[in-house]
Formats: sequence, structure tokens, C-alpha cells
Amino acid sequence: MNELPVGLTRERGLHLLHEMLRIRQFEDRCAELYGAGHIRGFLHLYDGEEAIAVGVMQVLGAGDSIVSTYREHGHAIARGIAMGPLMAELFGKRTGCSGGRGGSMHIFDAATRFFGGNAIVGGGLPVAVGLGLAEKLQGTRDLAACFFGEGAAAEGEFHESMNLAALWKVPVLFLCENNLYAMGTALERSESQTDIQAKAAAYGVRSAAVDGMDVFAVEAAMRKAAEHARAGRGPALLEFRTYRFRAHSMFDAQLYRDKAEIAEWQQRGPIITLTTRLKAAGLMTEDDFQRLQREANDEVTAAVAFAESSDWEPIADLGRHVYAEVSP
Amino acid sequence: MTAASVTRITYREAVKQSIREALAADPRVFLMGEDVGKYGGCFAVSKGLLEEFGEERIRDTPLSESAFVGAGIGAAMGGLRPIVEVMTVNFSLLALDQIVNNAATLCHMSGGQLHVPVVIRMATGAGRQLAAQHSHSLEVWYAHVPGLRVVAPATIDDARGMLRAALASPDPVIIFEPISLYNMEGELTAAASEVRLEGARVHRPGGDVTLVTYGASLWRCDDAARELASGGIESEIVDLRSLRPLDDATILASVRKTRRVVIVDEGWRTCSLSAEIAMRIMEQGFYDLDAPIARVCTEEVPIPYPKHLEEAALPSPARIVAAVKRMFSDGQ
Amino acid sequence: MASEFRLPALGADMDEGTIVQWNVAPGSVVKRGDVVAVVETDKGAIDVEIFQDGVIREIVVQPGTKVPVGAVLALLESDEAPSASAGPVKTADASPPPSPVIEPAATGARVKVSPAARKRASELGIDVATLQGSGPGGVITLEDVERSPRPSRAKADETVEPKAGDGMREAIAAAMSRSKREIPHYYLSTTVDVTPATDWLAAHNAAAPVAERLLFAALLVKAIALTCVEMPGFSGFYRDGRFEASPAVHVGVAVAMRGGGLVAPAIMETAGKSLTSLMDDFRALVMRARAGRLRASELAAPTIILTSLGESSVDAVFPIIQPPQVAIVGAGEIVTRPWVVDGAVQPRQVVTLSLGADHRVTDGRLGAQFLARVAQRLADAGSL
Repeated sequence: MNELPVGLTRERGLHLLHEMLRIRQFEDRCAELYGAGHIRGFLHLYDGEEAIAVGVMQVLGAGDSIVSTYREHGHAIARGIAMGPLMAELFGKRTGCSGGRGGSMHIFDAATRFFGGNAIVGGGLPVAVGLGLAEKLQGTRDLAACFFGEGAAAEGEFHESMNLAALWKVPVLFLCENNLYAMGTALERSESQTDIQAKAAAYGVRSAAVDGMDVFAVEAAMRKAAEHARAGRGPALLEFRTYRFRAHSMFDAQLYRDKAEIAEWQQRGPIITLTTRLKAAGLMTEDDFQRLQREANDEVTAAVAFAESSDWEPIADLGRHVYAEVSP
Repeated sequence: MTAASVTRITYREAVKQSIREALAADPRVFLMGEDVGKYGGCFAVSKGLLEEFGEERIRDTPLSESAFVGAGIGAAMGGLRPIVEVMTVNFSLLALDQIVNNAATLCHMSGGQLHVPVVIRMATGAGRQLAAQHSHSLEVWYAHVPGLRVVAPATIDDARGMLRAALASPDPVIIFEPISLYNMEGELTAAASEVRLEGARVHRPGGDVTLVTYGASLWRCDDAARELASGGIESEIVDLRSLRPLDDATILASVRKTRRVVIVDEGWRTCSLSAEIAMRIMEQGFYDLDAPIARVCTEEVPIPYPKHLEEAALPSPARIVAAVKRMFSDGQ
Repeated sequence: MASEFRLPALGADMDEGTIVQWNVAPGSVVKRGDVVAVVETDKGAIDVEIFQDGVIREIVVQPGTKVPVGAVLALLESDEAPSASAGPVKTADASPPPSPVIEPAATGARVKVSPAARKRASELGIDVATLQGSGPGGVITLEDVERSPRPSRAKADETVEPKAGDGMREAIAAAMSRSKREIPHYYLSTTVDVTPATDWLAAHNAAAPVAERLLFAALLVKAIALTCVEMPGFSGFYRDGRFEASPAVHVGVAVAMRGGGLVAPAIMETAGKSLTSLMDDFRALVMRARAGRLRASELAAPTIILTSLGESSVDAVFPIIQPPQVAIVGAGEIVTRPWVVDGAVQPRQVVTLSLGADHRVTDGRLGAQFLARVAQRLADAGSL
């Protein structure tokens, strides 16, 4: 666990760290922008969970489909959605990746097969099963990857989707980001069986628990699961054990958890962990680290500038996109 | 279709032929739902299709409305053309989240990037003593939601042709098939390719009163019209066919002609489709009316089990005739 | 450079917060991401972080103070400005798009009448086709019906305000057209020596206080009223294919409105009124008519009308009956003319009285009798 993968190159190590830093910088800037009133509605930040998004995206290919949750910025960034359109979407500008229509919880990008952003807990699971089914019926080796939080394990749609995917051997990967709290409800207060990945056995689905703070562990588990699905052997469930450093959303007094617990997890965070290990292995210097931070920071700053200078969609266009704007 | 071969088929057979034709014409099309395969379909619509097209294309699903409707949405976005069969509108409530929060919204939320060309067929309506949980007519709930298209084929031609039009649409389409019409026999008068997804149709022309309706009530109106005609009142029947969008132009043209309207709607009266239609007539045809708009709907009661009570609750030709006659009494 | 630290908006429904604790003081060095204060909100105490590196200069808001989102909480020295300007953010113009305007479709030649108007018109016996609509798109509204002349019976005694000018002219035009279309008029006139009446009038007025002075019109009105009592075929209403004599006689007097137009309110129970009282009514009616304050009942009530153009220089008037009445009396100007009295030509005060009447109810013989009786009464003014 505390060792880097054998043969890890400096380039690869810095790349993974940089990806996580990009997400962290973006999220922290969102917090600031929200407080200043530029981002509105609900904002759910990914601080602490970066290793999952980054590790997973190392394995997914261009033909794979992704379904995510409302805590999706990290997934979107790691998938390759440019920060400019992403930030513009959070601002609600017409240059946003969803045309400004969706906001933080509804990021869509057809080019990278990023199928949203869903504000209904568990609502994306059936859709992911369908996307996987389409790949299977069209005879590709592509799969659907579906992110959800551990809170979704209580929803009927989780169970229905697991069952259906297993029954039809659909190439869908159920990726549970277990950060121990569903909004303000701790896992042990909502689940009779808190071992999420164990539930897969009831459906005959392959599963594993993964250290969500270790980007290499995430990547490795994901690789195995993807191979299983691509080979036509059906779905898999991965439970990534992680923690979110920030509140559930911006307006959250966090009455439900201890500050000490947060502090403890922060010491085990994915960025600190990788930074320490890379330095210890002599693959990275402090200067490298500062440089990566600066690059990430600059990228976010440019994204904010892009968003701020972008236009609003004209009100006259309100009625667009209710139906497809192509003739059948 | 030649003049020599007049085809008489049942509504059920018409729907089945439409599914067969779709499966044969496009490899992206597949049917999934509860008991569509081995059982042959709850209403025998898909009987024989499993044997003909195989398990990949005729998929029996577990009792997981939310999952398989959602899967239909995902598969549609993934490039296929699924026909999702929800056994009845009564069970569709379990899939409301997928329909209202996903199917209806994905195009809009993605700024137009994604289309959801899923077709969801639901059987609907009452009349067979199936009691409260199996007798709903909730078409109006779906007709309320922007992003969905909702159609109600009531004739043999529409039963035969609407599925094809629906599959050709890039938008999610919900098709309501009245359970009480599956056994109805009639003539095919139009080619399936001529059937449009939108637009109301004047089913019967007349000059004295307009009956606006959809679904099984079309035939209730038909019976009522015959009785009224024997008494000298000629009814014009407008079959809505599409519930979202509604065809205001056809409705209003008829109102302009007859000056009197009765809307016949199998939903409960309160907050029904008839209320929406009446309001549109008020907005656009206020000065054409010679009498207040009337409506015949299902009584405000969960559908009861005993036959006489169920009949009393539903719109019937007798209630429609009475409503029309009331408009002509008092010398108005 | 000096920089401001403001209370951030932490939620969609957060408008304000109360500082409960500061973790820094003037002189504290702060880094981006440091939690510098704790703010109490509806949801509980929330840590607030600062997004700049710098040194705190001044705490502006003390613990225990409730402030709105965007308020300056502290001042600091910072090399960087906050990367986002805080405070109210300009959003797009929030005025909603105009609602789709749904309009009644063009319905062609059919007269557009509101249901309320149609109902009222039916009550009053008015043919809506004769009316001009003042509603949007030419719709005939309730007001158009109420304003049209000669509703047959007013239900409530509300004040109506006939507006002089075009609207009234149109209404008169419609009513007059209808009258001429439906009523077979016949006309008679007679020129009467009214010197005895004018003499009597002069004498009466010389002796009477101002308030009791009379006009010739009052004599005429009374004479007509008494004649109507005798000859009911000239006072009543022709409706639904038959004539109904009015139990009481209410003579309507045509009053010219400033700005054009005419109204003819009734002096109620004319036959029973004294001349003085009749004159009072007449004066009041004229005043109210010109102020637009007539009651609907006054406009609806006349059973016969007198229209007098006494102030203009015409000899005779041939007026049009106002349906559903069946007669109308006209009087021209009182002029001095050579007249033969006892075989000699003398200057006398004469006036031409004319009668227009409904041939479905009366004929020329009766009409002539009517005028003769009116003339006789005028000759004995003192008995009026």
C-alpha cells in the first residue's frame, strides 16, 4: 500500500499528481466563486476524492461511457472536459459544456461520452445499464462506468440495476465512492449492511473494496474490473473507500461529523499521500511540486477569466432544446 | 394496399405488426418489458415475436420498472432504438423518476447535445373490473411534461402506424394503448408510413356540436354520435391522437364550425386533459362559443370493482348524449 | 495593498450570518484556505475560509453582529486581489420573455359579442348586430350594450354616463336605423296659435319667484302627458309583436348634450305632477344629463318623447320614434306669424307641433285627434 508501483516513471507519477492538483485547485476556486456569488444553486465539491476520478479515468477509453453524480467536477476534469467550458457551465454562461442550461449538477459532454451529472441519487444507474447494454448489443468492447455515492445503495434503483446488469451480463462498472456520509447521514445510520461491495454477492456481481485515497490502487482495481466487463463476463462493483474534506455542499454546517475526524482523513489525503511518496522515492522535488501547483492554478485562473467574459444565453432562446432540434 | 385487399385486423394485431415491422426494418430496434417474450405479452401483443426474433431483441425484464425504463433511456442514448413496454400505466409510477427526470430532461440539460430516442409503450384505461390500482388513465401526467411526446392511438390505422413514427423521432415518445381496444376489429385504411406522430383528426364531421376526445373514448363518442344523429343532432368528433403536443388548430376550427364543445376524457375531471383543452378553447375561441364548454370525465373516485359502479364512474355514450342534449335544451 | 474580506454566500438561501468567532486578529498572517471566522447561520455554525494570502489589518464586524451576505468583515493587506469580486453579481437581464400571446383566432364575419353582453342584450331586447363594439378587436362588450339607446327596461337603477361624442353618435345611429327599419312611421303636423299659453306663461313668470318660473316646454310636456292618459295608444311599448300601453305616462324630454348627441330622460308620472314640480324635474334632468349623471331608469322609462328644437330656427321637426315606444312629439320654434283671428290678420305666437307615430298601433285619424287635444290643452294653460 505504501509502495509505489514497480517501474513507475517520474513522468507518470507527476502526471497523476498534476491531475489531482488540477481537480483540487478547481474545486477550491469554486468554493471561493460560490461565496462571491458567481456560482449559484447547489455546489458539491470533490476535495479528498481526487484519486478515484484520476485513477478510474486512466483506464477508460474514448469509446467508454460515463454516468456520474452531482459531485462530478473531478470526473469531468479527469475525463478531459476542458476547464473553461466547465467553469462557464458553473457560471451558467452559454459557452458552458451544457450550454449553461445545467449548472454544477448537470455536466454533459457528448464528445467525451460524459452522460451527466444527475441530481437524483441513484438516478443514473439504470441509464448506465442501458448505455452498457447498447455497447453489448452493438458488439463493441466498450463499457459504461457509473459513479455513485454509498447513499445510492439504499435506493431501489441500485438493486434493480445491479440485478438487471448481472442478469443480462451488461458491461457496466458500478463505481461506488463511499465517503461515509450521505449528505448528513453516516453510513452506519442508514445501511443494515455497511459493507457496500458485499451487497454485490446477492446479485452474483463481482466486487472489491479499494483504498480510494491511493490513486494506484484505484487504477489497478479498475483495470481488473474493466477487463472483466470487456470480456463479456458482466458487471462489476468497486467500492472506493474515501472521504470528502469539504462539506456535502456549500451551505452545510457539518453538524454530523467531528472536526477531528476530518483532520485525520486530511492527513491521509490522496495528494499528500502521493506527494510524500514521490518525494521519498526521489521522483519529485519541491520545485516540481510548486510548478505543478502553479500550472494548475494558472489553468483554473484562465478558466475563470473565460467564464467571466463569456456571454449569457439570450432569454429569447428560453424555449430551445426541449426537443431535438434536428429533423428526424 | 390495393382496393381489392381490404384488411380487417384487431387493434392488438395492428400493434403487433408495427413492432414486427420495426424489428425487421432496423437492427437497432429491440423490445423489452415484463413478460413480452415467453409469455407473449400481457395482452398478447408480442405473441410469437420471441420465437421469430430471439432473446437479444425480445427481452423479458425482471419486475424493475425503474431499471429497465432507465436502461431504455441509456440504450437509446447509446445508439439503439429500444421499445420499452411498461405493462400498464399503473406500473409506470415506479419509473416516473427515469421518465420525468431523465428522458424528458436530458436533451435540455445537455444543451441539446444528447437526444433520447426511446419509445415507451404503456397500456392504459379501465373497464374490466380490475379495481383501483389497475385502472388508471394518467396520460395527462405525462402530457404535462415538456421534453416528452405523448400519443394516444385510438384507431386501427394509428395503432398500426404510430410506432413507426415514434421510432423515427429523436425525442422520447410515450404511446398509450387503451386496454379496452385491443380486441377491437377494424379496417386498415392507411399505409403505416402515412401515419403522423402529431396532429388531431376529424373522425366524424358534423355541424351541431364538437366532441373532442382521445383513446377508448373515441368509440364512446362514436356511439353517442349515432344516437344523437337519430335525434337530429350532428356531432363532429375530433380524435386528438397526440396529447403532447395538442393540435389547437384542428380543435379550434371545429369549435368555430359548431359553436358547442363537449370534451370526453377518461381521466378524472380534476386537473385533467379536458381542463387544458377547455382552457385553450377559451383562450382562442371564446367568441366562437354559443354555450359553455362541457366535459364528460371519469367521476372523482378510485375505480371500483363491481361492474355497475365502474360503468357509472367512466364516461359512457349515455353520459355523452346527455351532456350534448343539455347544451341544446332551454332554447339555447 | 488594502483588500476586503466579505461574508460569502454559502447557500442558495443564505442572506445573512452572524459572526460568532474570529480565529484571527489584526496582525495575523493568513493563507489562502485558512478558516478565519465562524459564522452562525440557520443551519448551524459554518467555518468561513479566506481566499487570499496576507495580513489582517482590521476586524470590521465584531462577534455577535448579524450582517448580510457581501458585507465587509475585515480588512487586510494583500499582494493579490481576491480572484473573484464579491458582492452582488450582475446576472443577465432577468426580465422574463413576454408570455406567448394567445389570441382568439380571426373568426371572419361573425359579430364578436362577449357572453355578458349577449345576455344583457337579450334581456333588453337589443339586436347586437346593431351595436358597435368598443372592446379589443371590435368586440361588443357589456358596456356597449348598456350604453346603447333605449334599452327596454333597466334592471337596476344605476347611474349611467352617456358619453357625448362619437360613441354616442354611433349608438344613436344604430338605434335610429333600427327604428326606421322596423317601425312604420306616419307623420302629422299642425301649427297652433299658442298666444294664450305664452301670455299665461308671461303672467305666471312675472309673479313667480325665480325657482317657480316655467318654460313653455313644461306646458307642452304636461299637455302631452294628459293627452296620453286619454289616448293610451300613443304611450306604451311595442314588443314581441304586440303593443302594451303603459299604465303610467312618463314623458321623456330630449336634451342636447354639449359636444353633440342627445339623451331623452323621463319625467316620471308626468300626468300627475304640477307644472312647478314638473319644471323642477325638468331642470334637474337637464343638469344631470349634461353632467352625464342620469340614471338608467330615467333613460329606459319614457313611454313617449317630446323633442323640441325650440331654440333653433326651424318651424317643424319630424322626429324618429325611439323603440320600443310608439310615438314621438316634435315642437318647432315659437314664432310670431301673421294669423287670422276673427277675420282679421294679426301677429300671433304660433308653434308647429308634429307627431310621428307607429302605424301598427295608431293611424292618421287618431294621430290628428291627439295633436288636436294637445293643442286644446295648451289653449287653456291654467288648467294644466
